[in-house]
Amino acid sequence: MSILIDKDTRVICQGFTGAQGTFHSEQSIEYGTKMVGGVTPGKGGQKHLGLPVFDTVKEASESTGAEASVIYVPAPFCKESILEAVDAGIQLIVCITEGIPTQDMLVAKEKCDQAGVRLIGPNCPGVITPGECKIGIMPGHIHLPGKVGIVSRSGTLTYEAVKQTTDHSFGQSSCVGIGGDPIPGSNFIDILKLFEQDEKTEAIVMIGEIGGTAEEEAAAFIKDNVSKPVVAYIAGVTAPPGKRMGHAGAIISGGKGTAEEKFSALNGAGVKTVRSLAEIGSGLTEICGW
Amino acid sequence: MNLHEYQAKQLFREYGLPVSNGFAVDTAEQAAAATEKIGGSRWVVKAQVHAGGRGKAGGVQLVDSGQEAKAFADKWLGQNLVTYQTDANGQPVNKILVEECVSIERELYLGAVIDRTTRRIVFMASTEGGVEIEKVASETPEKILKATIDPLTGPLSYQGRNLAFELGLSGAQIKQFSALFLGLSKLFMDLDLSLLEINPLVITSEGDLNCLDGKINVDGNALFRQPKLESMQDSSQEDEREARAAEWDLNYVALDGNIGCMVNGAGLAMGTMDIVQLYGGKPANFLDVGGAASKERVTEAFKIILSDKKVSAVLVNIFGGIVRCDLIAEGVIGAVNEVGVSVPVVVRLEGNNAELGREVLDKSGLNILAASSLSDAAEKAVSAAGDKK
Repeated sequence: MSILIDKDTRVICQGFTGAQGTFHSEQSIEYGTKMVGGVTPGKGGQKHLGLPVFDTVKEASESTGAEASVIYVPAPFCKESILEAVDAGIQLIVCITEGIPTQDMLVAKEKCDQAGVRLIGPNCPGVITPGECKIGIMPGHIHLPGKVGIVSRSGTLTYEAVKQTTDHSFGQSSCVGIGGDPIPGSNFIDILKLFEQDEKTEAIVMIGEIGGTAEEEAAAFIKDNVSKPVVAYIAGVTAPPGKRMGHAGAIISGGKGTAEEKFSALNGAGVKTVRSLAEIGSGLTEICGW
Repeated sequence: MNLHEYQAKQLFREYGLPVSNGFAVDTAEQAAAATEKIGGSRWVVKAQVHAGGRGKAGGVQLVDSGQEAKAFADKWLGQNLVTYQTDANGQPVNKILVEECVSIERELYLGAVIDRTTRRIVFMASTEGGVEIEKVASETPEKILKATIDPLTGPLSYQGRNLAFELGLSGAQIKQFSALFLGLSKLFMDLDLSLLEINPLVITSEGDLNCLDGKINVDGNALFRQPKLESMQDSSQEDEREARAAEWDLNYVALDGNIGCMVNGAGLAMGTMDIVQLYGGKPANFLDVGGAASKERVTEAFKIILSDKKVSAVLVNIFGGIVRCDLIAEGVIGAVNEVGVSVPVVVRLEGNNAELGREVLDKSGLNILAASSLSDAAEKAVSAAGDKK
């Protein structure tokens, strides 16, 4: 068991023949992901990395039976790419691209919701079920199949959590990067629900950061709905207000969205919070008795 | 990206929204001339900076003659205005907005943001204009009226009318307000804004609506399709190092500590700052060097970090996921050599070939300390920064 993806998930890539699409598709194939093709308009009929290239997502999905699509196209075209994937009946869209205009995401997210399509990202590392399927840009080799579910707004912080859970031999059930944008396709709650239901997930690591109130909403959800132990870390205690800290969504505005508020909401929900990102692994040991 | 008040009002005017007659000027002479062009006997002169609280700081004044307008411009042009929203140095004043003076009957508030929880553009209106809206929102949230824009239908005029009625407007004002609401929604969506604020939106003694102030933030991710707004960017209002970093596609934010940080990934960069503080140090900056962390970018990042004279140690924290750590180590060594770094540099490399990376650093013969873990790196950086003092 795992969440979102497993060894049977058939994946296509939008922006397949571009530099990013090529590099990361190669890595995914090497990892064992069931990549079944890709889309680059105008290059339909060609072969790339030994897989068929299609002009449209519809053709790709019809010929390959893909359930999932990963998007590497440049930011100005991502809204269209997401909507095209929705229209083609793709059920899971993972958008890696950073820099998509926020108002494009308002429309894209609304259309995904209406169609019942799950969108992960944008501005995220992607999703991995270790040992089975890797969709995105995370380094596969640091992962270990196991029992911790990881959900995070930050790419490199996810890798830190992965590394620590691998070093402790806990391993990961699945890891989901929900991305650093203000309008993510999926939020903490969406993923926490899946981890709660997933048999293989025994504990959850949640990594948040300043900006917005997604962590506070997640805390309220955890209190009533999550029975599994949760360790949380929030980045940005030292971030000044009013400044965007790299991620489009990481900004304390109007005094709201501070790390302290988030820590306090999570503590109030019975979550084990750690103040140092180096203590995620030991935090798990502490609450799980592993 | 932020705009000045005069730029916001220029956009309002282009969208047919009610603003005072006025001119943005660069010299004291032009300020005096503007009063003549506008006519009348009383004007408002306003220093243009990217910060609120200008009135209390003396940056807004009523004047009764061209001479007074000139004196105000003489006083402020080329100076820095310090308000409660700026740092201690303030923001440079390069333009003065000279406007006709309107008589005010009532002050309202009208603003719009992208609400992250509902994933909608939300308009907020209040009868409590002219004061800090955050204060109104926390103390008397019932006084904030809201209208939510559906991204698939856009704004609807009944939403504007509803707000107008709830604000207690009457007669022709209802139509005026509804038109203003639709116009601002269009502007917000056409121009990819992330925030819009009119505080105050006034009702003049003639009973007309007037956007007396204007604040606009533009979504930086959308500038590629907003060339006109991009050209309105005033880099004089930004931190010099932040602007320079932006040219290199590096994300840099200046802080007031003494430990420079160079990290790949925004989240990890924040986490690194936090762990420095946890170990008793103070981070000098946020810097995300990006995924590639090539020698060129690392070199430029070092230059920017070290241009802050407070920096007495640098902590480099790289999680080499796909990039090999030994290559990153060589990049760091090259950069340290090229820039001529004189402060201690602590490097923590993790991921691909991390061991080899540490060996390369140890053998470099430079003042580089290889850390074995993140905690070790923070501890070493804090102690190295202390030794320097």
